[in-house]
Amino acid sequence: MAELSRETIRDTAIDCILSVAPEAEIDRLRHDRPWREQLEVDSFDFLNVLVALETRLGVSVPEGDYHELTTLDGLVAYLEARLAETPP
Amino acid sequence: MSDFRMPALGADMESGTLAEWHIQPGERVERGQVVCVVETQKGAIEVEIWQSGTVERLVAEPGDRVPVGEVLAVLRGEDDTVGETPPRPSPAAPPTARSRRPADLPPVGAPAAPLRRRVSPAARRRAAALGVDPASVSGSGPGGTITLEDIEQAAATSGPAAAGDDRDAMRQAIAAAMSRANREIPHYYLGHWLCVEPALAWLATHNARRPVAERLIFPVLQLRAVAMALHEVPDLNGWYLDGAFRPAQGIHLGVAIALRGGGLVAPALRDADVLAPDAMMAALGDLLTRARAGQLRSSEMSDTGLTVTNLGDLGVDSVQGVITPPQVALVGFGRVSERPWVRDGQVVAARCVHASLAADHRVTDGAIGARFLARLTDFLQEPERLWQN
Amino acid sequence: MNTRTLPYREALREGLREALQRDPRVFLMGEDVGRYGGTYAVSHGLLEEFGEARIRDTPLCESTFTGAGIGAALNGMRPIVEIMTVNFSLLALDQIMNNAATLRHMSGGQLGVPLVIRMTTGGGRQLAAQHSHSLEGWYAHIPGLRIVTPATHEDARGMLLTALEDPDPVLIFEHALLLGVEGPVEGPPHPVDIDQAAVRRAGSQVSLVTYGGMLHKTLEAAARLAEEGIDAEVLDLRTLRPLDDTAIMTSLRKTHRAVVVDEGWRSGSLAAEIIARINEQAFFELDAPPMRVCSQEVPVPYARHLEEAAIPQAEDIIAAVHQLFG
Repeated sequence: MAELSRETIRDTAIDCILSVAPEAEIDRLRHDRPWREQLEVDSFDFLNVLVALETRLGVSVPEGDYHELTTLDGLVAYLEARLAETPP
Repeated sequence: MSDFRMPALGADMESGTLAEWHIQPGERVERGQVVCVVETQKGAIEVEIWQSGTVERLVAEPGDRVPVGEVLAVLRGEDDTVGETPPRPSPAAPPTARSRRPADLPPVGAPAAPLRRRVSPAARRRAAALGVDPASVSGSGPGGTITLEDIEQAAATSGPAAAGDDRDAMRQAIAAAMSRANREIPHYYLGHWLCVEPALAWLATHNARRPVAERLIFPVLQLRAVAMALHEVPDLNGWYLDGAFRPAQGIHLGVAIALRGGGLVAPALRDADVLAPDAMMAALGDLLTRARAGQLRSSEMSDTGLTVTNLGDLGVDSVQGVITPPQVALVGFGRVSERPWVRDGQVVAARCVHASLAADHRVTDGAIGARFLARLTDFLQEPERLWQN
Repeated sequence: MNTRTLPYREALREGLREALQRDPRVFLMGEDVGRYGGTYAVSHGLLEEFGEARIRDTPLCESTFTGAGIGAALNGMRPIVEIMTVNFSLLALDQIMNNAATLRHMSGGQLGVPLVIRMTTGGGRQLAAQHSHSLEGWYAHIPGLRIVTPATHEDARGMLLTALEDPDPVLIFEHALLLGVEGPVEGPPHPVDIDQAAVRRAGSQVSLVTYGGMLHKTLEAAARLAEEGIDAEVLDLRTLRPLDDTAIMTSLRKTHRAVVVDEGWRSGSLAAEIIARINEQAFFELDAPPMRVCSQEVPVPYARHLEEAAIPQAEDIIAAVHQLFG
């Protein structure tokens, strides 16, 4: 996989969230605040977002890392770090 | 002959509108088969039939508004004599010219055996992820197979707008049921805080090293704990009908599901005391997905013995619920949050949940409700017992 | 880098010459490889260049000279045994399977058989039912062997060189229909990777998985499918044992549809093995049933029109792909 820019990762993450919560008002989302509360994404939908991220980016998030995904900024930073460590 | 009648898909349903038939005269139907779709105030419901036989004739037509208990179709049972016009056996397919087929696709539309709807594995998985019901999608693949692309297009075109008109009807249905509950049911309320560290630790161990798609979510444990506690305190599992309590057969928990864009449904998670963890997760996921897609089945709407409302990981600390008549209790969970907790004489920070019970005082008294909450707490304190029956 | 165009048989010869020049332990042995210049003229001129000690004509007895090759390999040589066609290799099957493939295991790792066996495979030249079959899928069933199928000219030269570096037996299947086909090579012959499959044409809608002689018909089919708007990816397996599962599944995850094109007979074919692996490893990626295009289950006929009907053609591949799209 070619190296992805931070913006590409952010767009992909937003796509994945929208695939699970299509009516989410993504434009009003504050990226530095907890996104699940803002978008009303419950634990089941959160799991579906993780499945979508795994499909799109190949990153499987262990449960112990969930706390790093609280904000969208955190989620993007986490994915970026994981993608960088994964050999192409 | 026997009649297939409009079922009551909820305590407050008076009539339903036939949306479509899945059967036609002369066709064989099996017990449990989905035979039609009925529009109710709770949305479109797939209705199963509970008798096997052959369809003699369809009485109602799509678009008809049919009162509960009225005849929708007439069925011929195994022993009935055949009517005047016996269904002709379809002639044997003529031998086809030997063609050179580079592959083994079964012939399209040939045998009368009920074939599973053709949904490709990739489409099935994506449909589950997107909350699209494949049955509502028309297939563009060979033989009408529903493909990945069909699902993605359906997800893109169907938005919350599709359910627009149903929202008002659903609001009215909820209003009617809740008014009746507060008018008729003398509620009593119990509640207490419990520490869920043991349950969350069990969950973390269970989920460690499992791929994302195979992990459990905490509500599965909460629902299981309710089911196991109900096992020990069955007085809360059933209905108050005609002035008396009638216990439910089996433990089928109503799972209150908030719909995006408003509204609420509570389909049954059936046999919650029997399902293994993964099966329970799968069943819950299936319910959530289909509830949001507006595709629930009649049997899921009518035999709930107790409803659980989980205001969830996001919401508030506690809920004092309203019972869904004719049920006699409702269990509510607030969010998981860290609180000061006393353990071994020390105040520590621990993740806790507030569990509440709203129960019908005509059927039970506070002592029974308290025993139930105590059992529920026990199971969440000793999660290894949850699946140990 | 200078690119040249040459026939496949000459690419094979370049590989042989390079191997003989590189390593004095290498020698070529087989029926008519010397004085006659090779049944298919692959070794033409090598006897004059390298002498009788290294280009050895053998009696018509596959079992004997394959066994001799195994013995030479055990004793430190790097023999290349040529068997005229895959059908005749059955006479040497005991040596190949019971000795070459097993001795490392039977000896607890003490004995290796660094032997290379080349043979012609496949139909399409009206040589009838005793010279035309595709049995590489059978050989791919046998643990202890590596099976490679050069489909390009670079592979025709380079796979031999890599095979000679392998400490265990390697079988090279050269498709007869390719021998006269012209194709490009760059610079002098050099070893090429023999572990990985190669995407010969990138596409997004269906994965056509194939190898050897079928690669060219598959590429033709892909080009014609592109004209009607179906974007096919063509994967050249290159090595049939061990299979490059990763490459197959990677392609499938992109396209969600697969057709395996294999000149072997359908039942129990290599194509069947590949589809089984797809089902095991990538079932939920599938958007349509995986398909096979294989040879008809008859001894390959002599008459041209019957032979063409028996062996997969580009039209058959296109027809199979059509079944995957509505």
